[in-house]
Amino acid sequence: MSGARPGAARIDPLGVLLVAAGAAALLFLPFVVFKANRIVPGDPRTLAQVLPAWAALGCAAVLAAAALTALWVANARARLLLALAAVATLALAAAAAGDALTPPGDRIVRIAPGGAFWVLLVCLGLLATDATTRLRPGPGVRVLFLAASLAVAGLALAHGTFDHLSVMREYAVNAARFAREARQHLKLAFGSLAAAAVVGLPLGVLCHRAPKLRPGILATLNVIETIPAIALFGILMAPLAALAAAVPFAEQLGIRGIGAAPAVVALFLYSLLPIVANTVAGLKRVSRAAVEAAHGMGMTSWQVLTQVELILALPVILTGVRVVLVQNIGMVTVAALIGGGGLGAFVFQGIGQTAIDLVLLGAIPIVTLAFFAALVLDALVEVLEP
Amino acid sequence: MITVESLTKRYGETTVVDDVSLTVERNSISVIVGTSGSGKSTLLRMINRLVEPTSGRVLIDGRDTRSEPAHLLRRRIGYVIQGHGLFPHRTVAENIATVPRLLGWDERRIEARVTELLEVFSLDPASYADALPHQLSGGQQQRVGVARALAAEPVVLLMDEPFGALDPIIRAKAQDDLLDIQRRFGTTVVLVTHDMDEAFRLGDRVAVMSGGRLLQYDRPAVLLTRPADPFVSRMTGLADRAMRLLSLVTAGEAALPGASDGPAVAPTASLREVLSELLWCGADSARVVDADGTVRGRLTVAAILAHGRP
Amino acid sequence: MPRAATVLRLAALALLIAFLVTPWSFAPLFAPLTQYGAPPIYDQGNLLMLALAQLGTVCIAAAASSVVAVGLGILVTRPSGAQFLPLSRTLVNIGQTFPPVAVLAVAVPLVGFGERPTLIALFAYGLLPIFENTLVGLRTCPAAVLEAASGMGMSARQRLLSVELPLATPLILEGIRLSLVINVGTATIGSTVAAKGLGEVIIAGLLSSNTAFILQGGLVTGLMAILLYDGLTTLERRLLRAVTLD
Repeated sequence: MSGARPGAARIDPLGVLLVAAGAAALLFLPFVVFKANRIVPGDPRTLAQVLPAWAALGCAAVLAAAALTALWVANARARLLLALAAVATLALAAAAAGDALTPPGDRIVRIAPGGAFWVLLVCLGLLATDATTRLRPGPGVRVLFLAASLAVAGLALAHGTFDHLSVMREYAVNAARFAREARQHLKLAFGSLAAAAVVGLPLGVLCHRAPKLRPGILATLNVIETIPAIALFGILMAPLAALAAAVPFAEQLGIRGIGAAPAVVALFLYSLLPIVANTVAGLKRVSRAAVEAAHGMGMTSWQVLTQVELILALPVILTGVRVVLVQNIGMVTVAALIGGGGLGAFVFQGIGQTAIDLVLLGAIPIVTLAFFAALVLDALVEVLEP
Repeated sequence: MITVESLTKRYGETTVVDDVSLTVERNSISVIVGTSGSGKSTLLRMINRLVEPTSGRVLIDGRDTRSEPAHLLRRRIGYVIQGHGLFPHRTVAENIATVPRLLGWDERRIEARVTELLEVFSLDPASYADALPHQLSGGQQQRVGVARALAAEPVVLLMDEPFGALDPIIRAKAQDDLLDIQRRFGTTVVLVTHDMDEAFRLGDRVAVMSGGRLLQYDRPAVLLTRPADPFVSRMTGLADRAMRLLSLVTAGEAALPGASDGPAVAPTASLREVLSELLWCGADSARVVDADGTVRGRLTVAAILAHGRP
Repeated sequence: MPRAATVLRLAALALLIAFLVTPWSFAPLFAPLTQYGAPPIYDQGNLLMLALAQLGTVCIAAAASSVVAVGLGILVTRPSGAQFLPLSRTLVNIGQTFPPVAVLAVAVPLVGFGERPTLIALFAYGLLPIFENTLVGLRTCPAAVLEAASGMGMSARQRLLSVELPLATPLILEGIRLSLVINVGTATIGSTVAAKGLGEVIIAGLLSSNTAFILQGGLVTGLMAILLYDGLTTLERRLLRAVTLD
């Protein structure tokens, strides 16, 4: 807490910004948008219109409390708590709105959260993020918090709280395909990462031991990085198709010109640079005295590498893994363009049909996954730093 | 016990170590002294084969060091470097246990040895065994480095400027500790330093190197009284040589029978310290007295001065 | 700069320009990559225009990112703005963790198809390198220099403009360079939402299995990125040399 004079309330500048934006959104933008079916344009509805009076007032009260906290309360914990409470209230209000506006048994109406909802969500999210950053939680706490949030959200989804909202409607229609594409997305992202780690780590060690090779290898990998993803996917299609034709059993193994194979190979190539570069950088940082002492004590080169060098270089290497994983989760989205599957299929289908709900069905899990990966790996790096 | 035979190391056109031969007796401390670039560190590292000689060989207990793989040789030789090289990701106990683990000792033996060494080096096992190196002070880290080198009970200990990073007060204590430890474990020590005072304090024999060549290898007193090369006398210091000579003899060794009413000095004090004390007190003789009070003899100024001449 | 590298660079630039201006003269090169008589050179649009359009989009986004990131960087390194530092860091980090495709996809319903969602996605993605570099540049100003400036009687604003920013400029420029180059490649994704650019060539190739198209789009983009990076590095070096020799 910055030096506030006792007794005199200090208005938080960030709070002013957020409250202003939130209030404006609530006043001028719809809370939910009602569509009689997928195709017709939406009908805006405000909070007061969709919830019974007591619920609307309760919701408004929580939001007001959050606003006041944002403006005047300096205690970070209080701010975080209020922000989270408000987010939960908002989510429940949207779910309730969905329930209220959907005629019983109807499957055609589409109720989507409107502008006010999203702006409020972003503002509350900023409030929560600001409070969390001020609290400076340790890595373990952060991961726990994330796991808890995901668990709560998962429970709510499983329970069917949000079932009447348009995104969940789309999910209901595509449930089996969603599970399949989600699995595919994870397989492609993690699979390419694993392959890149298996090749990249030894390559990085080689670059570190043989400085003459380093510029050549790094330059080649750099060139690969500048080729745009979809181009690389495409470029790999022809050779892989030729390979599939020439080598028996290749098709059975999944090596084909279209689909996942070019995506995995392209992602593998993209992932090499961060891993190799970070391995080299990490090894450089290892104390020379420790390495010399290790040799002097009679450790074999392999023992020195595995028991001393790689372990001490691990934080930097893991930073590279984090970059790659987040990058790959995003890029697998594009793989859908060449038939590779993954959640990108929903995204592009949604773009093609101008159905934002489909887009969200794909985008929300992708973004959540990317955040989760980033958070967990960052926490891991922080734990490993001596 | 360690025989260096015509060891030479060349990097391209430059000769870093030039045909050096010397012998280190068992259970003694030999110190290699020289300015930077004299080749002293390279010479040391050829003993445990961190550097492979261009020509010449090293025998330890009559056995050529090349008769086995280098990493196995090094597990029988203790190695301490400046900047200690402790593994930052391992605890003190794990650091010390490194070579015994490599040799496959059983856990109980390792634990006992770690505890023993921590106690010898005045580090309370309860507090320090599970500490990480960065939690220790510079002096403590240095002690752990030496403990780690001695963990597997090596017969040879190589030390490369081990006390360079310590401040003067701690350095003196560390040097004394080394003498104690060498006496206790009977290890043969080869130590490299650029500090002549340190060489004189620690070395049973001192080797002076310059430009890759060994100029003289002998007891410190001989280096003072019969320098083989002007460089040697420059290194030992012409102005101070008498005082250095005095610092090599202890009161106990030089005491003459008789009594004195002058200041009391310990038998372990060097004649240089005794002379200094006498000058300070304005007395012309000192009593040499043990810690428990037994009188060993006396020392007159004249007698002391006689020791200061070659 | 070694002569061989300069010659290589100029040759690459010449090749690129030649290809963009007279693509059909390269037709025989690309012909073996096509099947069933498909056109070897992209014929559904002017390659030069597409390349320039992509470059334009990237530059506008980079300009916006630079202004915001540098401004934010300056703000949070002032004593009055220090409280916003952790939040800004987190937000900019989030901007980079958000896959650009997702940002693109979500922006479309809000701002429509075409250039606008692409600009938003590139803007968000390009903030981090510039912001981080601005921070490091401003924070690692030698304390002695700052103290001397204050001691000479400079106001805080004068110090910022005449000392801190000039000293931080190399790092800031490096960040902008990095951001620009990354975005040149990322911008190709914009074509999936009908933004004008070389991504269009690549996607056309993907849809009709025409490897020649894919290569054209990909290689031109890659070459543009590399040449841009090199060109900016040289420019920066010349500028700084001129400034410091003064």
